[in-house]
Amino acid sequence: MAEKIGNSSVFFNPFSKNNPVVVQVLGICSVLAVTAKLEPAIVMGISVIAVLAFSNVIISLIRNTIPTNIRIIVQLVVVAGLVIIVDQLLKAYTYDVSKQLSVFIGLIITNCILMGRLEAFAMANKPWPSFLDGIGNGIGYTLILVIVAFFRELLGSGTLLGYQVVPQSFYEAGYVNNGLMILPPMALIVVACIIWVQRACNKELQED
Amino acid sequence: MENLNLFIRSIFIDNMIFAYFLGMCSFLAVSKNVKTALGLGVAVTFMLVITLPINYLLNTYVLSKGALTWLGPEYASVDLSFLSLIMFIAVIASMTQLVEMAVEKYAPALYSSLGIFLPLIAVNCAILGGSLFMQQRGFANVGTAFCAGAGWGIGWLLAIVAVAAIRERLATYSNIPAPLRGTGITFILTALMGIAFMSFLGIKI
Repeated sequence: MAEKIGNSSVFFNPFSKNNPVVVQVLGICSVLAVTAKLEPAIVMGISVIAVLAFSNVIISLIRNTIPTNIRIIVQLVVVAGLVIIVDQLLKAYTYDVSKQLSVFIGLIITNCILMGRLEAFAMANKPWPSFLDGIGNGIGYTLILVIVAFFRELLGSGTLLGYQVVPQSFYEAGYVNNGLMILPPMALIVVACIIWVQRACNKELQED
Repeated sequence: MENLNLFIRSIFIDNMIFAYFLGMCSFLAVSKNVKTALGLGVAVTFMLVITLPINYLLNTYVLSKGALTWLGPEYASVDLSFLSLIMFIAVIASMTQLVEMAVEKYAPALYSSLGIFLPLIAVNCAILGGSLFMQQRGFANVGTAFCAGAGWGIGWLLAIVAVAAIRERLATYSNIPAPLRGTGITFILTALMGIAFMSFLGIKI
């Protein structure tokens, strides 16, 4: 199967047609949990891209030597190693953001995108396509993360990346931040809206 | 009393799905009918109840700062907590493999209906999340860890069964716009349930 798909479609498909979040429905947990503000969402996205790309490459390199029975443990150990590196780096350089992300950096390990891509792609493909697949899926994931965080931060606190964007005159005219957007359930609704729009544009994705 | 309080809190207020959105992937994929949902819910509860106390012991006696003092005073400054992710996930993965073998042997029907999601329990965020929250909050003893694990598991079970029941009805009786069918409406459903569960906030025994 993989031989027929060109490298470019391996890279670009996950952006929209085969998006890990809204089409494959993987890695939802972190989308919902870290998107109340834009900044942690971006940091989270970059971390996932890095971990996904490198774990795909590593697993792809050793795919022929992994015994099938214990492959889950092997995959988890590789991913966990990478996540620990990312976690320590974040703690060292962006301590505030790492505090905000709390356990969710650790939870990249159990982010279903990773296991899903490792199982579905890296176990059957050469390192270079696997690397592209990792980057592509990571970007697809980050895209959704940023869209959701954008709306939640804009409507919920009137700021973007911590800067005030809703002008003061709006508030004087009676505009109020929608506190509901900060609450976790609203992330689900925003994702649902993205799914709605995306499936309305791509009819073949609709379920019956 | 303290533990009972924590147990109730873990079910309703700190609900894994409605408050933290952990374990959403398998939650969304398996909640199409009540029977499979119940099976997965029981499996997740079981895993949480087993792994949380084990990881608690691991954390207290091996990983956290000064935990190795029982080996001798010279180990008092050893801090292995950076290894905790890898240790927790190793415990969870091996326990999952064990549960998988048991289910395959004793409940083949459940095994075939759970399909890929049984191995995916290993990467169910709810289970690793439980262990990480345990570490972050510094539980007092094994009993506390056990109660929290049981509470989180049962909360997850309740959530997935409730949503599965609603989805079963939705699929038969309602006319949802085509692009929202399946995944989309489940998201909205979960969000509304989440808001409803917020009404438990501040409950105390």
